[in-house]
Amino acid sequence: MADSRFPSPFELEGPEGVEGWEELYPYSVSFGEARRDYEENRFWFWDSMHWGKALTPWDSTFMEMALASLSQMNSRHYLIPPADGVDFRVLYGYAFLSPVGVDPSKIEGRVPHFMERAGHYFGNWDSLYENWLVKVKGTIDEIQALDFSPLPEMEDLEVITSGSGMGTGHKLQSEYNKFKDLILQTWNYHFEFLNLGYAAYLDFFGFCKEAFPSIPDLGIAKMVAGVEVDLFRPNEELKLLAQKAIDLGLADAFADPANVSLTGDAGAEFQTAWDVASDPWFNFTSGNGFYHFDKIWKEHPEIPYAFLNDYIVKIQAGQDISRPIEAITAERDRIVSEYRDLLGTDEDREAFDGKLGLARVVFPYVENHNFYIEHWTMSVVWRKLRELGATLAKDGLLGSEDDLFYLRRDEVGEVLWDYYSNWAVNSPTASAAIMGPKIARRREIHQKLSEWSPPKALGEPPEVITEPFTIMLWGITSDSVSNWLGSDSDEEGVIKGMAASPGAVEGIARLVFDPEDVNDLLDGEILVAPITAPSWAPVFPKIQACVTDIGGIMSHAAIVCREYGVPAVTGTGFGTNKIKTGDRIRVDGSAGTVTIIS
Amino acid sequence: MCEACPVIDWEKELPTVRSFTASRVDSEMTDHIVWFDRYDRDLHKEFVGGKNSSLGEMMMAELPVPPGFAITTNAYTQLWNNRELVEGVNELLRGIDHDDYVANMKTSEAIRALIEAEPVPDDVATDIREAYEALCAHCGVEDLPVAVRSSATAEDLPDASFAGQQDTYLWIKSADQVIDHVRRCWSSIFTDRAIAYRHGMGYLHTSIAMSVGVQKMIDPIAAGVAFTLNPTNGDRSQVAIDAAWGLGESVVSGEVTPDNFLVDKVLREVVKREISDKHIEYALTPDGVVEKLEVDEERRMAASVTDEDLVGIAILARRAEKHYGCPQDVEWALDRHLPVGENVVMLQSRPETVWSQKEVKSVSKGGDVMSSIVSTLVSPLHNKTQQGDQ
Repeated sequence: MADSRFPSPFELEGPEGVEGWEELYPYSVSFGEARRDYEENRFWFWDSMHWGKALTPWDSTFMEMALASLSQMNSRHYLIPPADGVDFRVLYGYAFLSPVGVDPSKIEGRVPHFMERAGHYFGNWDSLYENWLVKVKGTIDEIQALDFSPLPEMEDLEVITSGSGMGTGHKLQSEYNKFKDLILQTWNYHFEFLNLGYAAYLDFFGFCKEAFPSIPDLGIAKMVAGVEVDLFRPNEELKLLAQKAIDLGLADAFADPANVSLTGDAGAEFQTAWDVASDPWFNFTSGNGFYHFDKIWKEHPEIPYAFLNDYIVKIQAGQDISRPIEAITAERDRIVSEYRDLLGTDEDREAFDGKLGLARVVFPYVENHNFYIEHWTMSVVWRKLRELGATLAKDGLLGSEDDLFYLRRDEVGEVLWDYYSNWAVNSPTASAAIMGPKIARRREIHQKLSEWSPPKALGEPPEVITEPFTIMLWGITSDSVSNWLGSDSDEEGVIKGMAASPGAVEGIARLVFDPEDVNDLLDGEILVAPITAPSWAPVFPKIQACVTDIGGIMSHAAIVCREYGVPAVTGTGFGTNKIKTGDRIRVDGSAGTVTIIS
Repeated sequence: MCEACPVIDWEKELPTVRSFTASRVDSEMTDHIVWFDRYDRDLHKEFVGGKNSSLGEMMMAELPVPPGFAITTNAYTQLWNNRELVEGVNELLRGIDHDDYVANMKTSEAIRALIEAEPVPDDVATDIREAYEALCAHCGVEDLPVAVRSSATAEDLPDASFAGQQDTYLWIKSADQVIDHVRRCWSSIFTDRAIAYRHGMGYLHTSIAMSVGVQKMIDPIAAGVAFTLNPTNGDRSQVAIDAAWGLGESVVSGEVTPDNFLVDKVLREVVKREISDKHIEYALTPDGVVEKLEVDEERRMAASVTDEDLVGIAILARRAEKHYGCPQDVEWALDRHLPVGENVVMLQSRPETVWSQKEVKSVSKGGDVMSSIVSTLVSPLHNKTQQGDQ
């Protein structure tokens, strides 16, 4: 028997030797007695898609800011009718999420607000998106301009002559606070359009699934996806640089990507081109942007150099590495027009045009935000954090630059106070002695958490998952949850075959091995045979269902059964071995299963 | 004796031979022969039956069917000029007890024997002989192997399809053999299941007439059928393909559990493969006899069609669907002797009968996009996505 629920967050055993792991994260993301009733009665899934690895204290900040921002857009900005936020916890270092639905009685009341608020965004999408790009770039500039350099021996004279009255010590405190504000601002921006963008996409998606029940998600995506997308740019820039390297006679310079030396005029010219492309396009993480250890192209040029070298080799071998934009566009148009042609009515074609039109308006944001936030902004954010870590390490508050990631964001504030106040007094700081051992222990804990693997989910799953964002953003459905629980295994008494003719019925089985025996079939019985022959056609109007050992969905039995609207399961392999005449069986011709009831 | 059972009224029911060739000047066609490559729906459709008219249409729509000709219903009609034959058949029909399947099988055999004993009228035989020889000359092969297929006038219509009702004979060589099998096709109007079907539906035995198709045999590595929709959910963006080794008869008859594929006709990708144990195949022996053979171990569980060919089949099936303007049920084969890319041959295309009869309902609910988005968010999405699993 499969389990019907996942372990409780209060009973789950974590890895050994991680005592005290809780203090790596703020109390607001801990499971605990304070909210036990609420927490125990929810379904929590591990968001392995975004946070597949154990979080360090600082890295948890981005998870928290992202989830709070996502939630805020649903619950307080747009009033998404059925969905409030997505609650989040950290258990043994891993992010567990739980979508919060809206009380059904309140859904209707939210609709007019949603229509007005989301309607404003959908109606002004292009200009709002244009402004969004300005806002995000502005935020990046602001983050980049933050000054985390070490505190000076004495203040500049300008501090005195300007009559400012405040110095670098105050400024460092203030810059750190501003930094946290700007990151939260970034994550607010991240979700400003995203949920709405997905909602419009989902509307088109649902329409396509209804019109074409088997349409692969990929087919829908292909119709909506842009051809030229900012997320492709880093790669496209590399291709151009590969050609440039060849033109400059530097084709061999990248053969060993870890040891590239660019010399002479050609080297300088290439370096200039590289630097131009780098900003912003090589603010590109090799991970997903959410972990401090993800490598960024700009800081780790050996990564793009290796790709560059591959492109150089291909170009030299005579391959065309450019994206065939025209062909891609033509193929996209072909796919759209084919699906459109296959729709049943003109009304559907009109709806298809409208929904696809909106999906295409919103989709550039859905595609591009990832570059602007997760890659570009986050690259700048990690760089700034390292800068701050380096300053604190240089002045002896931390052992090393990346000790910083083992402090919670509030603890960094305390270290900065220690730094500032003792710089002001000109007295010894306490951080190294107090936090140093804690950081060392946290590194151990984090290592152990990283080697451990959490369960897919916690608590009791809902009967059906209907929460749109769980399905949309995480692709979690009732099916996937039941697979996690392992309930998909072979069941006793269930025979599987091909779903040859839809419908489900229960009835008495009669086995027919020989054409001479077809006369024995009684009205309403279920024909079970190794195979059927065209000559048996006259009996099909009187049977309730048909099961065969062999034959596909276009075998005679299947075709005739569909003709008569009789459910059929064909190709069961051993149906006639397992079923006996007189058995009561259930035939599900839509699922392709036969169940022996008694 | 069955009161409700129809017998043939020789005086009232039997049609007379009607000429359709008179209007054509440059034609080697006679009232008995229609070439697929000169098929004209307006002139010929009613004389060649569903299967042949579909082959003619396919040929004219540049769908790759093997060359051949139809022997028209005029030839069949002439058979019934023989009053003695009609009375002999009627006598047997009157003796039928429809609840006794086994006895019916014997009655059917007796009727068919009567028909097959009747010589083909001279002018019909001459026309068939000349057409067959022309086909041999066209293909540059003496005693060209052909498939001889029945093509009834009432079969293959969306409202009267009945799987496996008439006969097909493969690898027929020589004019005499062709003529012989034409008679068998004619007599297949009186198979036990056809008699029972007409009885059940209340159709007259003369409500259908038999044309016969004669078509160059191909030598398939694999063959099967294709539906231009997913038969389990009616999804028109997919082509369902059943395939097995050798000739397609093993698939159509259901003797083999075929490999089952779903190809996305828009994305042109194979989206589902179910490879089955294909224990037998109909294949040609070196002397051209069709034989049922055991499939050797290593081929039994191997895919009978490559992905590339599956996509080729799907594209052709879609072309047929576009040409006819409705979902199609296509028989295809992969010829051993043709190069990849040209090796998919279509043997037949006819309207799909199950989903096509359902009323086409709009998916869209009307209303503006915003209301639609609200309903998308509020109504459980899983209902929509779970249908997509097939």
